[in-house]
Amino acid sequence: MPEITIDGQKIEFNQGMTILEAARSRGGDLVPPTMCYYSKLKDTGGYCRTCIVKVEAESVKNPRALPKPVASCRTLAQDGMVVKNQTSPEVLEARAGVVEFLLINHPLDCPVCDQAGECSLQDLGYEHGKMDTRYEFKRREFEQRDIGDKIKLHMNRCILCYRCVKTAEQITDGRVHGVCSRGDVAEISTYIEQAIDNDFSGNVIDVCPVGALTDKTFRFKNRVWFTKPVDAHRDCQKCCGKVRLWYKGEDILRVTARKDLYGEVENWICNECRFEKKKTAEWVIEGPSKVDRHSVVSANHYLAPEMKNDLSKLILNPDAGNNAGSSPLSKEQE
Amino acid sequence: MKEGKKILFEHIDVPGIEGIATYRSCGGYQSVDKALTSMTATEVVHDVITSGLRGRGGAGFQTGTKWNFLAKPEGVPRYLVCNADESEPGTFKDRYLMEKIPHLLIEGMIVSSYALGVNKAYIYIRGEYFYLYKILEQAIEEAYKAGWLGQNILNSQYNLDLYMHIGAGAYICGEETALLESLEGKRGNPRIKPPFPAVAGLYGCPTVVNNVETIAAVPYIVQHGGEHYASFGTEKSTGTKLISASGHINKPGVYEIELGLPVEEFIYSDSYCGGIRNGNELKAVVAGGSSVPILPKHLILQTPDGQPRLMSYESLSEGGFAAGTMLGSGGFIVMDETTSIVMNLHTFARFYHHESCGQCSPCREGTGWMEKILHKILDGHGTLSDIDLLWDIQSKIEGKTICALGDAAAWPVASAIRHFRPEFEAYIKDPSAIKKFSHYNEKYKIAETAI
Ligand SMILES: Cc1cc2nc3c(=O)[nH]c(=O)nc-3n(C[C@H](O)[C@H](O)[C@H](O)COP(=O)(O)O)c2cc1C
Ligand code: SF4
Ligand code: SF4
Ligand code: SF4
Ligand code: FES
Repeated sequence: MPEITIDGQKIEFNQGMTILEAARSRGGDLVPPTMCYYSKLKDTGGYCRTCIVKVEAESVKNPRALPKPVASCRTLAQDGMVVKNQTSPEVLEARAGVVEFLLINHPLDCPVCDQAGECSLQDLGYEHGKMDTRYEFKRREFEQRDIGDKIKLHMNRCILCYRCVKTAEQITDGRVHGVCSRGDVAEISTYIEQAIDNDFSGNVIDVCPVGALTDKTFRFKNRVWFTKPVDAHRDCQKCCGKVRLWYKGEDILRVTARKDLYGEVENWICNECRFEKKKTAEWVIEGPSKVDRHSVVSANHYLAPEMKNDLSKLILNPDAGNNAGSSPLSKEQE
Repeated sequence: MKEGKKILFEHIDVPGIEGIATYRSCGGYQSVDKALTSMTATEVVHDVITSGLRGRGGAGFQTGTKWNFLAKPEGVPRYLVCNADESEPGTFKDRYLMEKIPHLLIEGMIVSSYALGVNKAYIYIRGEYFYLYKILEQAIEEAYKAGWLGQNILNSQYNLDLYMHIGAGAYICGEETALLESLEGKRGNPRIKPPFPAVAGLYGCPTVVNNVETIAAVPYIVQHGGEHYASFGTEKSTGTKLISASGHINKPGVYEIELGLPVEEFIYSDSYCGGIRNGNELKAVVAGGSSVPILPKHLILQTPDGQPRLMSYESLSEGGFAAGTMLGSGGFIVMDETTSIVMNLHTFARFYHHESCGQCSPCREGTGWMEKILHKILDGHGTLSDIDLLWDIQSKIEGKTICALGDAAAWPVASAIRHFRPEFEAYIKDPSAIKKFSHYNEKYKIAETAI
């Protein structure tokens, strides 16, 4: 079996896997962060550049280093390839640059953003970004828009990852939205104010890594971290019917698809399950969801990073970063 | 050195050369005749390889090698696409060639297509060149009528259809994979490579994309042999190159030069640019179109080790990024002592910001950020740390993007700061220093009020 070395660890992989896929097959810190890649869709990735890594040797046959960093989600792993991710200061610096680029025009209105708490950009900024911004100009602004009666488009928050475009292209029929304009004024837009209207359109909400596409039926209902996720299913004619219900007390506030370790949808769900089935009686409850506790709030990331790094301090004084109420160790315990 | 060899422009001033009759009487279409009646496709490719011809669109990649890479799976069509999107600021040579001698491009498309086993070829032309579209369409029609295009050309087994496609005015559609997307009727976003067009290009089929000037050089190579072509120019930069000369020179225009001509001679000789206007002092040159690093006078006239700098791929890049530049597409922009490098850089930065397709974060966000900082400096509100910030931003764009537009946006910034940092500092410390360049005062009211 071919073998790739990432951050000093040897990993066997199947021919045809990308560097990222090989890394994920091992898991842990050597896995590069991603914002646009989506394993459940075809042809994603390559856009955001957060997953860049350094290739120190291309292959057994061709042991030369590549002059530029590569997007690990779009570069095939090769036998004898040597890759540096976490262990390369150069990669970390370049990645911090990418995070800064993603944030300079971002509104950072997390306090009023429904995505807060399960937002990939918050996590990324926390783990790979810098503490302050050097950007001093006006951020770009767009009008908020409705895409149909169930989906809100908050273009200011969009990072142009193209996931929603690929989702619509690949799992719904008749894509009616895409990217208009170019450069930093490019925007996700519907063709001539058309509503997205088909059975699977709601999935664009789940694939959106940020709060650009949100569920209008959940809008401002509650903060994600105050709701309790429960896995459930029903017999559905259109989709697999396997979902995650987000409870507040007895009420189902939101229905989403189930997501995996990397925040990717496990199975696409239909709009009926997502938007219309909000009574417990309509579902067979399986039990509490195992949610990735990686996100900003759940990992107690609201601590100052110096404190996060100094774990011993936290162990001695668990109240040090008292906020969202979870234990400071929750991330490590996972 | 054999000076002044004209390969592309030999007949350019012949009255009526845009029509097929005159073009024929000057020896036009002989290469098609020769190739189709007496050469195999492989022999034509071989000639292009030995000619040493390098791509004239910017990157300078060996054309023969590129042709050799073209995948040839059974039962799958192959395509040749001519890149006539010419949008690089400072570059206007393809326009001149297509306007004056359109049949040379068409002849080139036919022999090249024959060499590559292509039966459908395209010329992708930028939207702003609509008048050229009409000239080329007319020439294509003439070529069809005369039997140089269509079925069984010259009674051979060879068929070729040639189509024109007009872009909608985006610089990025000159990038070859964005061009292919656009040609397919999609949004002009560069593709993520690999796969390269040689394997999966237009409609997923093997495709060669070449610049207008590259293709126009092929008829001569086929007719006179690759070795003969290689006898012109230097060892690594064979043949001739069209240079679009602009800026503060006495004779701006498009010149065909034999590669290896000393830069100094090109600027000061009356056969070419004719010196700097008003007897002014030369300040800096952007030698290969807006994307390549700018060089100050002492580095453009001489290499770092004191040799005369030549107009060739290898001589211009001598000194690497620290002290060299690139031949690029041959957009030769000359600036005299009255030029503000800060203003010039702002103009370039604005262009790249405007033209970024927005797919990848460093280019989408970074180009706008750099433009804003430069604008702020021009407004008289810059700080010295802005120079370092600009440097840092460009370094975080370069090499980290999907296509080379990111690099093209980063290099002008890096080189301007590298070679002209004191000018940025002086401007920031005293914005009124711009008054020295009095001709800007009229145009840039903002700078005035800020003072
Ligand atoms: C942003 C960008 C713009 C480009 N614009 C042009 C262009 O207008 N014309 C051109 O011939 N090549 C252009 N190129 C280069 C093409 O991608 C490609 O390398 C070229 O057409 C290949 O032809 P050649 O090998 O004959 O030079 C551009 C490249 C980039 C990255
Ligand atoms: S998308 Fe994420 S980072 Fe942006 S405002 Fe919402 S929660 Fe904050
Ligand atoms: S709306 Fe969301 S999913 Fe779509 S491109 Fe923007 S960030 Fe990505
Ligand atoms: S480098 Fe710029 S132009 Fe090229 S793909 Fe990225 S955003 Fe688009
Ligand atoms: S995840 Fe690889 S480029 Fe975005």
